[in-house]
Amino acid sequence: MSEVKYNPSIIYGIFDDDDDLLQSAKVFRANRISVANVYSPFPIHGIDPVIGHKRTNVSVAAFVFGATGFSLAVLMIWYMLISDWPINVGGKPNWTFAANFPAFVPVLFESTVFCAAHGMSITYLLLNRLLPGFNPRNPDPRSTDDKFIMEINMSDNWDAKYDEVVYLLKQTGASEIKER
Amino acid sequence: MNYVISNRTRNIFFGLMIVGLASIIYGAVTLNPFGEGHNTTRFWANMFINSFFFMAISLAATFFMAVQYIGQSGWYSAIKRVFEGVSQYIFVGAGIFALVLAGGGHHLYHWQHEGIMDPASPHYDEIIAGKSGFLNLPFFWIATIIYLVGWCAFTWVFRKRSIEEDTIGGTTNHMKNYFMAAWFVVFFAVSSSTSAWHWILSIDTHWFSTMFGWYIFAGMFISGLITIVLFTVYLKSKGFLPGVNENHLHDIGKFMFAFSVFWTYIWFSQFMLIWYANIPEEVTYYLARFESYKGLMLANIAINFVFPFFMLMMRDAKRHAGILAFVGSIIFLGHWSDMFIIVMPGTVGEKLHYGIMEIGTFMFFLGLFLFIVHRSLTKAPTEPKNHPFLEESLHHHI
Repeated sequence: MSEVKYNPSIIYGIFDDDDDLLQSAKVFRANRISVANVYSPFPIHGIDPVIGHKRTNVSVAAFVFGATGFSLAVLMIWYMLISDWPINVGGKPNWTFAANFPAFVPVLFESTVFCAAHGMSITYLLLNRLLPGFNPRNPDPRSTDDKFIMEINMSDNWDAKYDEVVYLLKQTGASEIKER
Repeated sequence: MNYVISNRTRNIFFGLMIVGLASIIYGAVTLNPFGEGHNTTRFWANMFINSFFFMAISLAATFFMAVQYIGQSGWYSAIKRVFEGVSQYIFVGAGIFALVLAGGGHHLYHWQHEGIMDPASPHYDEIIAGKSGFLNLPFFWIATIIYLVGWCAFTWVFRKRSIEEDTIGGTTNHMKNYFMAAWFVVFFAVSSSTSAWHWILSIDTHWFSTMFGWYIFAGMFISGLITIVLFTVYLKSKGFLPGVNENHLHDIGKFMFAFSVFWTYIWFSQFMLIWYANIPEEVTYYLARFESYKGLMLANIAINFVFPFFMLMMRDAKRHAGILAFVGSIIFLGHWSDMFIIVMPGTVGEKLHYGIMEIGTFMFFLGLFLFIVHRSLTKAPTEPKNHPFLEESLHHHI
């Protein structure tokens, strides 16, 4: 069946330099070809608006995780030290939460930070599919070392031609092109 | 481009100063600053709070600038002249503060009473006499002069070289200021703590706290940051800072948020240890404040912590000039009242008054501070020309 033209669905352009990749992404945007994703060993400053990635709502998640940690700690302290078994520490009044509040602040603080930090880490790993058992989305392990990879999804760019994309990638300095 | 004070603004400052000065004169007539007793103390305590608060703001600006020099940071160079402008108040502020210390004397500082360290005297106080190694008049004045002259000298040199840089260019002046900043930070690290012990901790002579220097520093630094934010927002709205965009605001906004939390952290650490240990000679400090200043004390925590914490948590809030200015002006008053709570219970005591003297003194010093800072902003271009990192600052993006 050799009459079907070879038509890969995803094209990867591999760059040696992050700045080349940034300039290349700008060229693609100018040519109305959308870049699906970029894989890089470190964050490339200013790439998000170029490839059309919006700010994530992770900060809202952080607040929610922190608030959860705070509430859980309030519940825990109230049950343990006020409701179930009031403990006399230093002869202070120990039958209300408010009267002992200063002693609880370090616990509340630590619990808030603990939940926010762990919640954020797990959310990050989930969003990026990095937990054990997930298939890695990274197309080439060298992108964790010294290569910068731009992913162009041909199904997003139905009016762009394969040759055009490859030509632009080569023109803008891609050292290697992979297809899938 | 040099900043120009409009006549209307200048009239507002003079109006503040005249009304404030009238209230201070009224206070001087009714309270008699050269007499004895409760009213005299009230006069000097008010002068002390305001002269220290505004001097500390300009000191914080110098410190912040020195930190940026040491860190070789680029983002701040577009607003560098705002830091410098705010720091210029220290020359006037230090002079007034020294006069207040001299005039206040034993009205402010219980340990300066005559005979308090003399075993033969009826006023003898054994605990205070035990602290005479640190709390004695010659050391107090030598140290005061070293702090004030040192801070003024550093501020003057930073400013002078920065303005020189506009004409001669190159990196020579920047590197000189870089080394100077390292010396300043060493000097400031010691003097900010010891000056707080000398001037403010010694008001409550019997009491002591090892966190006190940090506490005063935290309050000073956050007040300075707020002032810088307010001036930046103001100058930008008037079009004098074309290179400043919301990214710069975001950065100082983050500082404002972070140091509000830092202040609370220090405040609470000091409070909690004393509350937990419950030792009589330590607890008196908070007992006096929670008995006669409870409302102000709780409002203080709400304004200085809860309010900025929730208002400035969002990224967009820190990038919005209006929100920053609104939150900033409220916590500015909050930190002024924090200073009020630090000084008043140990000097004036339980019989607290809010009157013409309290409001008028604040107005006078506010007017004077604003006038001097605005005037020093007119003396140099509002954006430095040859700062080595200026280009980086103009393209600052986060």
